[in-house]
Amino acid sequence: MQLTLWSYEGPPHIGAMRIVASMEGVHLVLHAPQGDTYADLLFTMIERRGTRPPVSYTTFQARELGSDTAELVKTSVADAFERFKPHVLLVGEACTAELIQDQPGALARGMGLPVPVLSLELPAYARKECWGANETFYQLVRGLLKPRVPEAGRHPEPRPADRRPRANLLGPTALGFRCRDDVEEVTRLLASVGVDVHVVAPLGATPEDLLRIPEADFNVCLYPETADQTCLWLERMFGQPTVKTVPIGIGATRDFLDEVGRIAGIDVTDAKSPISSRMPWYSRSVDSTYLTGKRVFIFADATHAVAAARMCAEELGFTVVGIGTYAREFARDVRECAKRYGVEPLITDDYLEVEKRAAELQPELMLGTQMERHIAKRLGIPCAVISAPVHVQDFPARYAPQMGFEGANVIFDTWVHPLMMGLEEHLITMFREDFEFHDAATASHLGSRVGASRPAEAGSESQAAAEPADSPMQADASTVIWAAEAEQELKKIPFFVRGKARRNTERFAAEQGIQTITVETLYDAKAHFGR
Amino acid sequence: MSPSPIRDRASAVGDALPVVTRERGQRQVFCGLAGIVWLHRKIQDAFFLVVGSRTCAHLLQSAAGVMIFAEPRFATAILHERDLAGLADCNAELDRVVAEVLERRPDIGTLFLVGSCPSEVIKLDLAKAAERLSGVYRGRVRILDYSASGLETTFTQGEDACLKALVPELPQLPSGERSLLVLGTLPDVVEDQFARLFAELGIGPVHFLPPRRTTEFPPLGSGTKVLLAQPFLGETARACEARGASLLTAPYPFGVEGTLGWLRAATEAWGVSDEVLDAVTAPAIARAQRGLAHHRASLEGKRISFLPDSQLEIPLARFLQRECGMELVEVGTPFLDRQLMVEEMRLLPEDVRLTEGQDLERQLDRLRADRPDLTVCGLGLANPLEAEGLRTKWSIELVFTPVHGFDQAADLAELFARPLRRAALLRV
Repeated sequence: MQLTLWSYEGPPHIGAMRIVASMEGVHLVLHAPQGDTYADLLFTMIERRGTRPPVSYTTFQARELGSDTAELVKTSVADAFERFKPHVLLVGEACTAELIQDQPGALARGMGLPVPVLSLELPAYARKECWGANETFYQLVRGLLKPRVPEAGRHPEPRPADRRPRANLLGPTALGFRCRDDVEEVTRLLASVGVDVHVVAPLGATPEDLLRIPEADFNVCLYPETADQTCLWLERMFGQPTVKTVPIGIGATRDFLDEVGRIAGIDVTDAKSPISSRMPWYSRSVDSTYLTGKRVFIFADATHAVAAARMCAEELGFTVVGIGTYAREFARDVRECAKRYGVEPLITDDYLEVEKRAAELQPELMLGTQMERHIAKRLGIPCAVISAPVHVQDFPARYAPQMGFEGANVIFDTWVHPLMMGLEEHLITMFREDFEFHDAATASHLGSRVGASRPAEAGSESQAAAEPADSPMQADASTVIWAAEAEQELKKIPFFVRGKARRNTERFAAEQGIQTITVETLYDAKAHFGR
Repeated sequence: MSPSPIRDRASAVGDALPVVTRERGQRQVFCGLAGIVWLHRKIQDAFFLVVGSRTCAHLLQSAAGVMIFAEPRFATAILHERDLAGLADCNAELDRVVAEVLERRPDIGTLFLVGSCPSEVIKLDLAKAAERLSGVYRGRVRILDYSASGLETTFTQGEDACLKALVPELPQLPSGERSLLVLGTLPDVVEDQFARLFAELGIGPVHFLPPRRTTEFPPLGSGTKVLLAQPFLGETARACEARGASLLTAPYPFGVEGTLGWLRAATEAWGVSDEVLDAVTAPAIARAQRGLAHHRASLEGKRISFLPDSQLEIPLARFLQRECGMELVEVGTPFLDRQLMVEEMRLLPEDVRLTEGQDLERQLDRLRADRPDLTVCGLGLANPLEAEGLRTKWSIELVFTPVHGFDQAADLAELFARPLRRAALLRV
């Protein structure tokens, strides 16, 4: 057993769901107990999709355990096929179903459905979400393309001279960190050097698209966590080379274009100047001088962690004081990276260990996942999110890639934002006792925050709770008195509407000629104004 | 709505209760673990340790993780292969994990070991573990257990299981003394309103379960009358009965009618006259009706369907139909406890389409054919239905928002009016 306050990854079947939810024409039947449908809301709420993920659940309950859960699997498979008419059907188990061992994959394959039925092995007590996505994508591509693998030794036809080189973008998924915009940015980047994008998968692909993968000249492995197995297999079976550099950061984007040029056999020298990114100038401008040597702790998936470390060190002038990843499968990359910056790598999926390391290092900035935001809050450290797992605010409406030249712009703004601005930082160091600007307070450009231990207005030390827009109004309504119990009642109203409730009640009391506001008045006013 | 539908309940009492159709199939509901999301806020010195898989941990953080916690009050002891293979002694492992939790959080008064689907399937005896650990930490931390697995519980039933686990812990009310026990998580502000109303009615002492802190356990005994503020607490209610308490039969305190009926159950038990009840409640009722009038215009005549979620569906449907003038198309509930729902069922129109359980795809087919003006459903369905042009009200908000009592009646109506108003406002 492992004590887990927060987990970096979901179970492997969530990874499988991410693959099918990325695609069209694929359906997953998941053998899972009632309640596991919570996973749908990752897609409908966190990613804000307007469609249900293409997943049917058996949702068995205790009363069904006594009877035939295998029969339930068959019914679910038949119903799902009948209703959704998928071109490919996947069948897998969630953690509880793994314990009762109904072999749903074998059952489904025995049903004689007229489409490919692929069975997924997702060991829920040993593996996790990214592994599940990687494995599912691999099984899907392999399952569909296996019959088309050319005989050994047959090399792909060379590209005709009059056709532009074309590449597949492999790895972007539903619930991936900024995948939507990264795909667009990389497509633009490739177009700028004369390379066409052939198939993007799994995001937006159909099973028929997967069949077209071998027609491209090479593959771009954008997210090794979800696509490295597939790329490796395609390399072996179809002789398609893989571009392995992940273009996050100015330097990495240049290296990426170099690698594309080399593999595609084209000249990219003209495209390498990062004219479309403002980030290098922003970082060189004098305003950024105070960023020099800021101590940063990075913890994320391996791809984003390694990319972030390079940007910190070479492009923003920070000092990397710690780096780690929860993705054990990619630990080697992070270890190498840590060596480069002379720090101890942290390879763990244990949130408490990350918290401990952060407390030891006391960095000035944390770059991490949603989980590091909890740690940063506890330790009072500024924090920016660079990798999944993320919550709804990191699936923004605006264009917000991490990759390519625009990605570097986005990253500059995002990482610098939580830091206290230069002038404020200076003044706080000079004058420590200011009631408004003090070192326990949140940076003022971030606005007032509840829970930040700021003294109440007018220097009163008695009450640390935030009462933002409250106090000024008391002067205006000086003729009206609040009874103590009404005042208490008011405090029960959430702080963000409390100011408005106070104003409304006082206005109501003034209109009605009420001298003392009681609890009754408070609610009378509430009813009067209809909230 | 007639100006006062409250007095003549009898007129609404038909001979036949609505017919309930049962369905089975795929269910789109939360498991009981989701109850932790609000229970950990209500009982401030409690910690919830789920014994389960990575899926359970993932559910909790997906539901609650958008809040950034400096000190989370729940966690998961994730089972690994070693635990399943019997290589590790699960009990020794659990003891180690509990020690770790208590070392990190010395301020915890009660620790709940919460069972999940995996822990139940492998038959890990958490009751025994709780007993053993209680011995170890006696005098410092109370350690209890309950199951909130999807196999056993649906969404709010997690609260039922949790509160049921508290019942044996409640001190004994001396015989000959009487008390009123209000069951079900209520927001603090609502709890205070009810406490004031009961005081004015001369009913007392009044206690609430769950308490805000586990150091404030209410007493329970044969003189205790139990009043349910939430409809999903059948197991807890019966556990109270087993300790000699008696249940008061009442509608649930949603809207003016429900709240008055609910209070009347207590006044009748205490022998308080209707005149006193009327006098005490009249100002609040008048106020509530003024508040409701704000939303009635947008709700009246609108057609509403409920997909099963929390067991709040029937009382809410009753409120929306009788006090807001909405038309009920289908009312789905995950589970229907007839004993606890009888007063509510009497207030529903006889011909209402009432379904217990779920067969998701077929229910969605019906919904698409009905095309109601508003659908109450879970978050897994809300956005997809919106994209189909159906307006929705996501149901989980109804268990996180102050909605009980007279002074929240308008707020409750507003929760349903808001999506309709929004749809009318938007021009994009």
